[in-house]
Amino acid sequence: MNSLDALFKADATALSLRQKRLEILGSNIANAATPHFKARDIDFEAAYKSAMNSGELTKTASAHIDVGGTAQSAEVRYRVPLSPSLDGNTVELHVEQLQFAENATHYEATLNFLNGRINSMRKALKGE
Amino acid sequence: MANKLTIFDVASRSMAAQQVRLNTIASNLANAASVSGNPDTVFRPIKPVFEAQYHDVMEKTGIATVDVTAISKSSLPPEKRYAPNHPSADREGYVYAPPIDTNAEMIDMLESSRQYQNNIEVLSTAKALLIKTLNVGK
Repeated sequence: MNSLDALFKADATALSLRQKRLEILGSNIANAATPHFKARDIDFEAAYKSAMNSGELTKTASAHIDVGGTAQSAEVRYRVPLSPSLDGNTVELHVEQLQFAENATHYEATLNFLNGRINSMRKALKGE
Repeated sequence: MANKLTIFDVASRSMAAQQVRLNTIASNLANAASVSGNPDTVFRPIKPVFEAQYHDVMEKTGIATVDVTAISKSSLPPEKRYAPNHPSADREGYVYAPPIDTNAEMIDMLESSRQYQNNIEVLSTAKALLIKTLNVGK
């Protein structure tokens, strides 16, 4: 792994997972009125750890399987509803909106961290 | 769904579905008072059928939008009212009113418009984040 990859891997993984989660939570909100729809979500912490731990082993053949996971292979689970509705839909708008807002804020925070990293690197390059 | 569903597709198709739902509600409310002398020709309330459309066949990604797959007509019998002076009353003096619960329709309308708003929130949040991401490093 080169040093640029190492520098940006944490932020890139987090952003990619947050983006994925944004899409899933957006889907839940979009399907708030669909009968039998089951709300989904990913466990960000677990998925992040698994994505960060991957790629430690050198693969010598293309058929080798990654240890750990990637941001794309994060496990999508079903949400356990607090009070399921009669039509079989498990989307609870207040929960989804809260998670969506939390996820968006964390996405923005990660963007700020990334910007900070880029700026400090730029400063180091310029030597000002 | 073979194509990739982005969050913009998800929200916009859901908004389109809510729009169809609002249209059916408007049509039901508009016809709530349309009585007829024939029980077979009286207006029947309509309802959209929502179905989740998944991004992948296995439903593994959890990304799904919603489509209106059908508009179903209510099978409830029309309300029979005795109104012998009504111009469209039948021979026995009855008119038939569509079985529309206006209160339920109004509540449906509120719920639908709230969900439309939620989708707009999702869209604007996603758009704001996307623009911020494009400006990374500037």
